[in-house]
Amino acid sequence: MANIIQKIQTLFPSATVEGDATPIITIPGEQWHDMALALRDDAELKFDYCVTVVGMDWTESLGAIYYLMSTASNNVIGVKVVAKGDREKPWIHSAEDVWHVAGLYEREVYDFFGIIFVGNSDMRRLFLNIDWVGYPLRKDYDANPDINPVSIENERQTDFTDVYSLDEKGELVKTERRIFEKEDFVVNIGPQHPATHGVLRFRTAVDGEEIKKIDIYLGYIHRGIEKLCESLAYPQTLHFMDRMDYFSAHNYHHALCMVIEKAAGIEISRRAQVIRVMMDELSRIASHCLFIGTYCMDLGATTMLFYTLRVREQILDIMEKTCGARMTFNYDCIGGVMQDLAPDFVDDVKALLAVLPKNIKEYNEIFTGNVIAKNRMEGVGVLSREDAIAYGVTGPSGRASGWACDMRKLQPYSIYSELDFEEVVATEGDSMARFKCRMREMEESAKILEQLVDNIPDGEYCVKVPKLLKLPAGKWFQITEGCRGAFGIYLESDGSAKPFRIKLATPCLPQAAVVDHITRGQKIADLITIGGSLDYIVPDIDR
Amino acid sequence: MEVTTKSMPYDAWQDNEYIEGLVKQLQESGTNVIVGSLDKLINWGRSNSIWPLTFATSCCGIEFVSLGAARFDMARFGWEVARSSPRQADFMMVAGTIVHRMVPVFRRLYDQLAEPKYVIACGSCAISGGPFRKSYHVAKGIEDIVPVDVFVPGCPPRPEAMIYGIMQLSRKIKVERFFGGVNRKEKQQEFLAQHPVEGVED
Repeated sequence: MANIIQKIQTLFPSATVEGDATPIITIPGEQWHDMALALRDDAELKFDYCVTVVGMDWTESLGAIYYLMSTASNNVIGVKVVAKGDREKPWIHSAEDVWHVAGLYEREVYDFFGIIFVGNSDMRRLFLNIDWVGYPLRKDYDANPDINPVSIENERQTDFTDVYSLDEKGELVKTERRIFEKEDFVVNIGPQHPATHGVLRFRTAVDGEEIKKIDIYLGYIHRGIEKLCESLAYPQTLHFMDRMDYFSAHNYHHALCMVIEKAAGIEISRRAQVIRVMMDELSRIASHCLFIGTYCMDLGATTMLFYTLRVREQILDIMEKTCGARMTFNYDCIGGVMQDLAPDFVDDVKALLAVLPKNIKEYNEIFTGNVIAKNRMEGVGVLSREDAIAYGVTGPSGRASGWACDMRKLQPYSIYSELDFEEVVATEGDSMARFKCRMREMEESAKILEQLVDNIPDGEYCVKVPKLLKLPAGKWFQITEGCRGAFGIYLESDGSAKPFRIKLATPCLPQAAVVDHITRGQKIADLITIGGSLDYIVPDIDR
Repeated sequence: MEVTTKSMPYDAWQDNEYIEGLVKQLQESGTNVIVGSLDKLINWGRSNSIWPLTFATSCCGIEFVSLGAARFDMARFGWEVARSSPRQADFMMVAGTIVHRMVPVFRRLYDQLAEPKYVIACGSCAISGGPFRKSYHVAKGIEDIVPVDVFVPGCPPRPEAMIYGIMQLSRKIKVERFFGGVNRKEKQQEFLAQHPVEGVED
């Protein structure tokens, strides 16, 4: 890391650096775009994966922190850019042309903070409707329900988007741009559609049966979790993690607990670590089971759902015995886990591991080798490795394109570095590869469980933590592997008992955004195949 | 008259007073024997094949999927025909949070359901906004948007709770007057008059 920082400082002497594990580099706004290009293109630096863009309101100024990851050295850095202009019209140079996915994240920052990104090709709101008053994540946002009332009238629609540029005097100039071409035939799909896996809306321009362009509309389940967290104490923020990607409930809990523990300097016991990892891997199997079931159902094989849910129910039983709930477990807590394992946990997991290989074999026999399944999935929706990185598609979907992006390997956390498991990577990048990757990941998760199930150490399951937890002022970033990809958490504390800002970088948002790219030129029926194979969860996109 | 469903003893139900109130209302309004018997026959059929609309916004929807699978098997009760089009569905299981942006869509789906139609508010988000009640973008319960017949609390409710909720709905259907005006219909009309949507004639 030290040589990277040194290199950046020689290239840009005006940059300042704080922190060491994941350093944050502050750069003046006018140099930001040059720096972005250098960070991506320099062979030694190679920061070509944009993890997230964190919008910030420090009350005296607004700004954004770009979190970047290098595919060469696996290092993560943050680059802080303070917005120019006043609170009415703050602006930053866009980095959409450097990292494609950054364009989408910038839209999110614009939506929540009102920061304009100059050069971004699509400066619309992302989650809220176009007539929304105010920017909700600003500290001075007026949450009075009379300003933005619940309305049963249809929201206003527009076919235009804004693009901002700078004129010779350095003033912002707004120009309008059509989203679709004038003669395009646009079909609306969603938000109420059985194959969008939730409330997601695509406006699809079609030429006959071929898709020309997809414009994605989000926010039909945007619940404002990031803002809610800011008014709650740290232990109270945890339960929201269950309700974003409800299949990765344990994994997300684990991530947030780890950040808070890192910030507070709490060491948790080995027993708690092992329990957490086991729960994570059980979730992964249950999640992939449901993926296989619903995906096959999308493709017309309804029976598969009953086969896969059989295993899922078995896992839910194990969790219910220990956590007391079937879905929103709220199990991991700051300092360890909420309660000790149920007495028959070990036997139940062993019983699961005994039936799992048979079940996976059965799934393959019923579905994977089926000629209809092959025809519908092979070669459909191909995503190349370069595009997977540029669009930030992580998790099994990214690995199916040949990008080894498993955060359990790249940024080992908890006890993952001691475990023996393989990172499942395929090269085809089509829907079939994404499907098979998940199938094989279940086997790898089972391998992890096998290593741990007889080696759960004794000890306390939760260490003592002060009731009113105050974190020292500072910034922390943690990246973990959820069931669907890289899940990042940015936490900023001002020294009080409540977080100053929590940013949740979820894996499903880029996965939904990449649909436009990989469906172009494909048949409209394949939209269902492609969308299903990416396996996004809409509450995880919208938060 | 004890209103119950097959193999469920009457005393095992909660909220019997509510159903008894409906029965009383039905008896007081009086009807002739032939229409009354026809009502009973039709309601027996209707209450045993209520078809849900596939409508899930978040977590509760996954429990609804579990409800459809082999373990909880809602096909036992005649509810398994989940329809993707509101035109073909009898009731709407509102499984998940309803946010500002979803409200007009949700209301339109309700308006598109064919009469007689029912709504079950499933989970604490649909009932009151749940853990997201204080959010800037979440509707505080769906009762302000559509009339609700049954509330199923939980976060998310267990599949068993959902079964119980839909069974309560089927009990309600049994004590309706199908001919000569459904007795809950006036309430619904009243509600819709208070919450009109511009350009939609009910």
